[in-house]
Amino acid sequence: MILWFTITQIAVACAAGLFCIVAGLAGRRPSDWTVGSLLLVELLLIAQVIVAIIAPLAGNPPTGDLLEFWVYLVSAVLLPIGGTAWALLDRTRWSTVILGVIGLSLAIMLWRMQAIWTLQVA
Amino acid sequence: MSHTVSRARMTGIGRVLVIVYAVMALASTGRSFVQILRRFDEAPLAYSLSALAAAVYILATLALVLAHRRGWYTVAWVAIAFELTGVIVVGALSLLTPVLFGHDSVWSYFGMGYLFIPLVLPVFGLWWLRTHRPQGESA
Repeated sequence: MILWFTITQIAVACAAGLFCIVAGLAGRRPSDWTVGSLLLVELLLIAQVIVAIIAPLAGNPPTGDLLEFWVYLVSAVLLPIGGTAWALLDRTRWSTVILGVIGLSLAIMLWRMQAIWTLQVA
Repeated sequence: MSHTVSRARMTGIGRVLVIVYAVMALASTGRSFVQILRRFDEAPLAYSLSALAAAVYILATLALVLAHRRGWYTVAWVAIAFELTGVIVVGALSLLTPVLFGHDSVWSYFGMGYLFIPLVLPVFGLWWLRTHRPQGESA
């Protein structure tokens, strides 16, 4: 993983998460803005998948357990897809809150992935 | 015995509860999968419990979604009560006997690695179940 890219992504995921939770608690239904903010995080996650494939080949191997890393990354990629599907099916304010909860979960998972990549010793 | 009311039960904040449960189920399943595959012999007891916890999270998620049916309502109660017991007992054991239980799992150290969500979530879940009984059971 690339530290600055991960930090950027964690910041985006936190911002999207807080934005969706606030919007949801304020009574907003899922909108292009809230769903879009989570899709932005998803795009960055897909970029992260590409980075994770190339980085070990480009002289940036993980110090930690690659299997554990991929379990996190695959789970993370699936979460926004599930959340967005939920938001499209159930267009209530609580779906917006759910998008936010997912955004914050992703931030935590990304932090954990970075720790596995650079700090954990397998 | 109208089902219109009960079908509307999975609304509101209950849905957020289900999603948090689903995320926890995903997180604990992923982690215990890795633990059992990579280093099961280090702490067989703790990692078996980790897998059990993951299974119970999946069951609880499913039961909460289906809690408007009476059978599943009971399953939800049992699963969530089991979780609360688990997090308290394993949390205490991980402090008392760290050799056996001081390994990363959802329940060790009262769920500290998961921002204490495993400790708070069952309480919230039981409260939600109490306030959302299936129609016809208690009313």
